[in-house]
Amino acid sequence: MSATIHGAATALSTFNSVDSKKLISPCRTNLPARSKRCIVAGSDASKRSGSRLRVGHSQKLIPNAVATKADTSVTTGTGHELLLFEALQEGLEEEMDRDPHVCVMGEDVGHYGGSYKVTKGLADKFGDLRVLDTPICENAFTGMGIGAAMTGLRPVIEGMNMGFLLLAFNQISNNCGMLHYTSGGQFTIPVVIRGPGGVGRQLGAEHSQRLESYFQSIPGIQMVACSTPYNAKGLMKAAIRSENPVILFEHVLLYNLKESIPDEEYICNLEEAEMVRPGEHITILTYSRMRYHVMQAAKTLVNKGYDPEVIDIRSLKPFDLYTIGNSVKKTHRVLIVEECMRTGGIGASLTAAINENFNDYLDAPVMCLSSQDVPTPYAGTLEEWTVVQPAQIVTAVEQLCQ
Amino acid sequence: MAQHLKSSSSKSAFVNILKHNFGIGSQSHAARHLRPNLPNGPPRQNPISRLCNTMAEKLSVSSIGLHVDSNNQVLDFPGGKVAFTHEIQFISESSKERVPCYRVLDDNGQQIPNSHFVQVSEEVAVKIYSDMVTLQIMDNIFYEAQRQGRLSFYATTIGEEAINIASAAALTPQDVIFPQYREPGVLLWRGFTLQEFANQCFGNKSDYGKGRQMPVHYGSNKLNYFTVSATIATQLPNAVGAAYSLKMDRKDACAVTFFGDGGSSEGDFHAAMNFAAVMEAPVLFICRNNGWAISTPTSDQFRSDGVVVKGRAYGIRSIRVDGNDALAMYSAVHAAREMAIREQRPILIEALTYRVGHHSTSDDSTRYRSADEIEWWNKARNPLSRFRTWIESYGWWSDEAESDLRSRIKKEMLEALRVAEKSEKPNLENMFSDVYDVPPSNLREQELMVRQTIKSHPQDYPSDVPL
Repeated sequence: MSATIHGAATALSTFNSVDSKKLISPCRTNLPARSKRCIVAGSDASKRSGSRLRVGHSQKLIPNAVATKADTSVTTGTGHELLLFEALQEGLEEEMDRDPHVCVMGEDVGHYGGSYKVTKGLADKFGDLRVLDTPICENAFTGMGIGAAMTGLRPVIEGMNMGFLLLAFNQISNNCGMLHYTSGGQFTIPVVIRGPGGVGRQLGAEHSQRLESYFQSIPGIQMVACSTPYNAKGLMKAAIRSENPVILFEHVLLYNLKESIPDEEYICNLEEAEMVRPGEHITILTYSRMRYHVMQAAKTLVNKGYDPEVIDIRSLKPFDLYTIGNSVKKTHRVLIVEECMRTGGIGASLTAAINENFNDYLDAPVMCLSSQDVPTPYAGTLEEWTVVQPAQIVTAVEQLCQ
Repeated sequence: MAQHLKSSSSKSAFVNILKHNFGIGSQSHAARHLRPNLPNGPPRQNPISRLCNTMAEKLSVSSIGLHVDSNNQVLDFPGGKVAFTHEIQFISESSKERVPCYRVLDDNGQQIPNSHFVQVSEEVAVKIYSDMVTLQIMDNIFYEAQRQGRLSFYATTIGEEAINIASAAALTPQDVIFPQYREPGVLLWRGFTLQEFANQCFGNKSDYGKGRQMPVHYGSNKLNYFTVSATIATQLPNAVGAAYSLKMDRKDACAVTFFGDGGSSEGDFHAAMNFAAVMEAPVLFICRNNGWAISTPTSDQFRSDGVVVKGRAYGIRSIRVDGNDALAMYSAVHAAREMAIREQRPILIEALTYRVGHHSTSDDSTRYRSADEIEWWNKARNPLSRFRTWIESYGWWSDEAESDLRSRIKKEMLEALRVAEKSEKPNLENMFSDVYDVPPSNLREQELMVRQTIKSHPQDYPSDVPL
C-alpha cells in the first residue's frame, strides 16, 4: 500500500461531529510535500506598494511524502473509528513495523503501555529494547535518544508530561537542536520528542504547562501540535520520517477524541496548517485544544451572522505563513486563540510574524486571546478562567468585526 | 451531545494500575534485557514475579531448616531479599583505605615486576609513543599560536597524553567516542591529520564543522568521534544511547565516553551511569581525574574517594588506573572493552592524572595553584618520558628517532598552521544551512536580509568571509 499524502484535510467537522468529510482542495495536493514557500516581505521601504509577495517552490522533493494527484480519491468509504491516543499508537506502530530503527523510550512506556496508553501493546510486540522503560531522568533519556539517533536509530522519546521535559531542556537545546549544525552536518538527529501538555482538569500548576512557548526559540528543532485523531496519526508518522528533530505536542484532554480515519496509509505535512472551516469575515488561528473552543464559538458566531475562517496552525515552528497569509489577504482580520500564556507564547510570535509580513492587509490590529501569566491554579473554577472560553472568542470576534 | 474530553490521567490511570496488579503480567525486570528481541508470539506471562518483589514475608520455619537461626532471617522488600541486623550501624562514608591505583610502569618507566598487563607489539608501542609526542607538539604549537593572536582559543591536553592515546589504542575503529573536549588524542590515533585539526581551529572552509564551532570542538563521523559539545557531561547520556543502539544491533563494539573530575558532579553523570547499568549497555565511562576543574580542586568537587567508588553505587564495575602510565591505561581499557561487549555491561575507569596546562587559553592557572606543582608534574611525572624509557628498554626507540620525529612533526604542524590560516573561510550560506536538513522559509528570508544588510554596509562586514 503506497503512502498518500493528504494535504489539507478540509474537515468540515464541528465540535460535536464524529465523522468529518475530508475535502482535498486541488491546489494543495499538487504541491510537493515540503514546498519551501518563500515569502519575502518587503524590507525596502521605497518599493513598498501593496503586495510584494513572491511565492516560490522548492526544487527538492522529499520521497517519503509524495503529493497525490488531485483526482485521487481519498476516502474509500470505509475507514475505521478510533480515539486520538489509539491513532497515535497506530501511527507509531506502523512506523515501527516499517522501519526497524524506530524505537521508543520513556518512563513507563513498556509494559505499562504509557501513562496515556499511546505505547500500549508495543513492548509485547517489539520487545523490551525497542520499547524501553527508563529510570526517571528526563535529561538522561533524552540525551540517550540523541546519542542513539546519532548512531542510526530513530528514537521516539516520550515525556510523561511535557512539563517534565523542562529537565531535558539542556539536551534538547544544546545537543538536539545544535549538533547537526555544529558538526557541519556530519551527524543527524532524527528524534521525535512527544508527550501530553496543556491545561488538563485540575492537574495542578506543574502538570499544566505549555512547553511550546519555552521551546519555540531553540534553533534546529521543529514543533507540531496535533488536535484530531486524523492529524495525530499523520503528524506522528511524518515526524518519525523527518530527518530533523521534531517535538510533537499532544494535549492531555484530547486523547479520547473519537474520529473515523482512513484505512490506507497517509502522512500529514509537518509544515502545513489545516483549514478547519473556510470563511470570509475573520481569520481565527488556533491549535490543539483551543481548536475545539474556537469551533464551538464558531457555531454561535454563525448563528449571529458571522462567517469565521478557522485555521488550525498545526505547525508551531515554523509557522505556515503561506496558508495564514492567504487567509489574511482574504479576511483582513486576525484573531489568535491559544492556550499559551500572554508573554512569550506562540501567539506572541505569531502576532509578530503576521504584523511583519501582512501588515498591509490588516484592517484591524491582530488580537490574541491567551491564558494569563499565572501558574495554572488547581481549583477547577479558577483553572477554567485561565483558559480561553468560547464566549470570550465570540466577544473578541464581534469586537474585531465592528 | 458534546464529547466528553475526559482526562485519562486521574481516574483511568488508577484503574490501569489495578488492572496491572491483577495479572496482566510481565517478566521480571532483571531478566528483561537479556532477551532483547521478542518474537511475534504471545507475551511471556509471568504474573507472579512482579508482585513477588513487593510482598514482604519472612521465610517459614520449614523452608530454612529444622530450627530457626536468628542470624538467617531475611526480609523481602521490593528489590529482593535482604538480611537484617539488630545493631544500629551506619556504613562509613569512606573505607579505611583508598581504592588502590593500577599501574604497570613505575615513576621512572621501569616495568614493575609481576605486573599484569596486555603486551603491545613494537608497532603499536611506537605508534602510541609517537602519537603522544605529536599530541604534545600540536598542543604546544596551537597554544603558542593563540598567544600570538593567530588562533582565537585553544585548550591543551598537556599531561594527559597517555590517557588520550593509550585508550584509543586499546579500542577498535568501530567503537564510538563521545569526548568532553580534552581528548583530541583519540582522533589523532584514528588518523585525523594535523591539517584537519588546524582547519577546525581556524574554522576555514575545509573544516568538517564548517566553521561553526570554537577551536578544539572537533568531530568526525568517519572516525566515529562525535562532535564535541561544550556543555559538561551531556555526552554521557548520549554515549549510553549509542551503546543502546549498538546493543540492539548486536555489534562487536562499545561506546566510550570521556569526562573530567568536574564532569562527574553533573547530574548527567549520575543519570547516565544509572541508565547504563539498568539498560546493561556496553559503554566505557573514562574519567580523567586531573585534579582541577578550572580552579576548583577535587577536594571542592566531591567528598568521595575520587570517582571510582561511585561505580559501585550504580552497580557498575570500576577500576582506578594511573592515567600517566600508558601501558596501564592500554591494558585497563582493553580489558574493560572486552568485558563491556562480552557481558553487555558498563565499566567505569578512573584515570588519575594531572592537568599540566591551563584549563584553556582563557585561564591562567598560576593564579590558583603553585607554579612548582605544575612544574613537578610536567617533569617528574611526565607520561611521555615514562613510556619512552619502557620502549627504549626494548630497543624500539632512540634519541635519534626522537629528534627526527620531533623535527618532522614540528615542520608538519607549522605548515598545517600556515595552510589553515591562509585558507578561505566557509561562505555565508553556511551560517544558515544544516540548522535543518533543508532551510525553511524563515531562515531563507533571514539569510536574504543579512545579505541585503551586507550589500548596503559592506565596510562593516569582514572581508575574509566569502558571500
